[in-house]
Amino acid sequence: MKRHLLSAADLTRDDAELVLRTAEELRSLADRPIKKLPALRGRTVVNLFFEDSTRTRISFEAAAKRLSADVINFSAKGSSLSKGESLKDTALTLEAMGADAVVVRHGASGAPHRLAHSGWVRSSVVNAGDGTHEHPTQALLDAFTMWRHLGALDGRRVAIVGDVLHSRVARSNALLLQTLGAEVTLVAPPTLLPVGIDTWGVETSYDLDAVLPKADVVMMLRVQRERMNASFFPTAREYSRRYGLDGKRMRMLQDHTIVMHPGPMVRGMEITADVADSDRSVIVEQVTNGVAVRMAVLYLLLSGAEGVTGTDESENDA
Amino acid sequence: MSAYLVTNVSILGGEPTDLLLRDGVVAAIGSGVGFETGASAPSSTTDGEVIDGTGLVALPGLVDLHTHLREPGREDAETVESGTRAAALGGFTAVHAMANTEPVADTAGVVEQVWRLGREAGYCDVYPIGAVTVGLAGEQLAELGAMADSAARVRVFSDDGKCVSDAVLMRRALEYVKAFDGVIAQHAQEPRLTEGAQMNEGELSGRLGLTGWPAVAEEAIIARDCLLAAHVGSRLHVCHVSTAGSVEIVRDAKRKGWNVTAEACPHHLLLTDDLAETYDPIYKVNPPLRSRADTEALRAGLADGTIDIVATDHAPHPHEDKDCEWAAAAFGMLGLETALSIVQETMVDPGLLDWAGVAERMSYAPARIGRVADHGQPIEVGAPANVVLYDPSVRRVVDAASSASLSRNTPYAGRELPGRVVATFLRGKATVLDGRLT
Amino acid sequence: MVLDARDIARALTRISHEILERNKGAGDLVLLGIPRRGVPLARRVAERISAVEGLEVPVGSLDVTMYRDDLRMKPARALLPTEIPPGGIDGRTVVLVDDVLFSGRTIRAALDALNDVGRPEAVRLAVLVDRGHRELPIRADFVGKNLPTSLVERVSVRLAETDEVDAVSIDGAPA
Repeated sequence: MKRHLLSAADLTRDDAELVLRTAEELRSLADRPIKKLPALRGRTVVNLFFEDSTRTRISFEAAAKRLSADVINFSAKGSSLSKGESLKDTALTLEAMGADAVVVRHGASGAPHRLAHSGWVRSSVVNAGDGTHEHPTQALLDAFTMWRHLGALDGRRVAIVGDVLHSRVARSNALLLQTLGAEVTLVAPPTLLPVGIDTWGVETSYDLDAVLPKADVVMMLRVQRERMNASFFPTAREYSRRYGLDGKRMRMLQDHTIVMHPGPMVRGMEITADVADSDRSVIVEQVTNGVAVRMAVLYLLLSGAEGVTGTDESENDA
Repeated sequence: MSAYLVTNVSILGGEPTDLLLRDGVVAAIGSGVGFETGASAPSSTTDGEVIDGTGLVALPGLVDLHTHLREPGREDAETVESGTRAAALGGFTAVHAMANTEPVADTAGVVEQVWRLGREAGYCDVYPIGAVTVGLAGEQLAELGAMADSAARVRVFSDDGKCVSDAVLMRRALEYVKAFDGVIAQHAQEPRLTEGAQMNEGELSGRLGLTGWPAVAEEAIIARDCLLAAHVGSRLHVCHVSTAGSVEIVRDAKRKGWNVTAEACPHHLLLTDDLAETYDPIYKVNPPLRSRADTEALRAGLADGTIDIVATDHAPHPHEDKDCEWAAAAFGMLGLETALSIVQETMVDPGLLDWAGVAERMSYAPARIGRVADHGQPIEVGAPANVVLYDPSVRRVVDAASSASLSRNTPYAGRELPGRVVATFLRGKATVLDGRLT
Repeated sequence: MVLDARDIARALTRISHEILERNKGAGDLVLLGIPRRGVPLARRVAERISAVEGLEVPVGSLDVTMYRDDLRMKPARALLPTEIPPGGIDGRTVVLVDDVLFSGRTIRAALDALNDVGRPEAVRLAVLVDRGHRELPIRADFVGKNLPTSLVERVSVRLAETDEVDAVSIDGAPA
């Protein structure tokens, strides 16, 4: 693996599968009496959150702590950290504290990339969501959840439905799922598909009903009601009617098809309560898997010798 | 006043000859001229400095129609003095200073201040551009006539940085400046289509998650303004044309005989939007870097005269405004000291433009558009001695730290570019000699 | 070749009997193989004990990767499976099974790993080959074969489950 995880595109198929296999081993930890491993003892992980996301921060925090890392939470909420120049100053502060990894959530696309490549810090940088760019660990946990339910993803059909334009989850998933051999279809009204999507290597559709019967996975994206004020769609009601997943649409799915959502859900907007709470829904499991996947990422980025990442398969170490 | 004899120099790429600059004018041209040649007036000096012009091209002093000197208000980024020093090093003898200072150059008082600062600096002539609307707010016309009548004699008006997007206001401005032969230089950017825009809208903006700045937002305004200029019979100048579609629209307007001129910036001729992939805001500029097809169209348009001039859009920014994440960074890049090299790289070396063409695009035409009488004249006996000597045979690596600008936001740092300005003469006085400010 | 398939089979049978003898039956036994090759060895021993005693012996695996003392000295390593049998290890006698006992560091790591899983009544160690050169005060309770080696030599254990053939050999110094 590379030293940083900034984009799902940083992961080769081997890298991604290594993360999934490692996560599988780490997931069993949740069932053990002592939910802690010593791998990152003495390492410091900083959660640098310029955007409020309690869910993601807690997930990373739990992951780092279960690997015995020291965790420092650095939140922009209620402080002066929101303007551009402070990203650099904050980075220099973290560097001075001796952070080994910086998990960064930022409202500006590319902020983690800047952090990793501008010479401000030497630590590994993990993108925990940047603007409308990417959220690679979310894609990894989504792929992990699919993999646990469906096995290998080669040839599996994944429909990602909703506000693709503003979704970092959709971008990372489109990249990672293709790396893992899945066939991705992005479903949205034309206003919510980015320009140039024809180069992404994915299918696109404006018609949810045509896509659902063939899908093995349906991933619903959050759609903010406020988008309606910028004329991305006329009304929330019309959006739900055309692109929302309700009980009637759920009955079009194959028996094995699972329903996912990266959260937080807008119930009644993109997904109805009966679907979110149905047997097909793996939304709660996604949260559990998030910790295991983030443990795997932190372990693989940080546990080895400094400046050396990648895996060593040599065994003559008895 | 000293004299300079430039020997064996190629004027506009022509046969090598000797060139005598004396008393602020081109005193003599021809093989074997010496300091005594034509020294009729008793005040004329009969000695001076000889410059070996072998291998050098002599061009008329360059004229920039689009420079941000930042003074008054942002003297931390650039001052009139530092900006004109950079201009001289780039071979410019005249620059037009954009109006988006703090305070905005929307009154006779501010434009006269900038004009005076330019005269005091002495490195090149500074022609202030007046704002079209009060405070660049796009609501009410600034006192265009007062600025035109001021000591600065403003002829170019622009809200650059912002678009005069209101069609009625644009129409009135175009009409109003006819009274003093002015021109409206439009920053063509439809504001609603570019809310929060960060980079060229295309495949890459979608992938990088940076809000797109679509070509249509530029083209729609240019098309509208061409129609308005034709309708009211006035002069329109289009700033920093960046898309193939814009070139097409301007070409069409010219074919119809409308009084429209256009400029292209060096960075739009050379750089493309894939540089945004680095998320390094050194490449953030407005209008944004576009696709390879757009740069090709700009080069073709500049070659065939659709695009009249090269203008730098030299936009200095302090370090902290670029040393941050992309979305938080300021738009703009330095341009004065590298413009001629980039024109050589993109236009001359590929055979799209000869040196006479460069003189037209970077000196004669911008002076004509800006109604600047003392610049942009052919190198002929009796003409003002505004001359730049340029060595196109060398290559250099751009060093940001050595810029005369107070800012360092050049996108070319570390890049190898052809050519070097050896000397710049402003009315016969050397502002640059041997590549260094005098 | 030091041990062939029949030698390995005999050694495992003897270890199985010794475990039973020492433990006075198979009642509270749990066998945990250390991946990779300790795991098939543990299964083979479990099968032999079951055949003798007529009851299933719980068998699992215990990955020690994260507990290694040289974790920081090499690139990050892939994790190997840890499978604790459903009954857990509390109050049981755990027999750790590995292919080669060398420095003892793997077993130290295994003891730490075990500590996070539960509290066994006792922990024993069974290895197919003991090649000496201990760096920690650790010894095996059950040894298939003592194999004096030079430090520059390499002991290679191949098993049918992982390597298609059962064989133990000593290779010269790696180039």
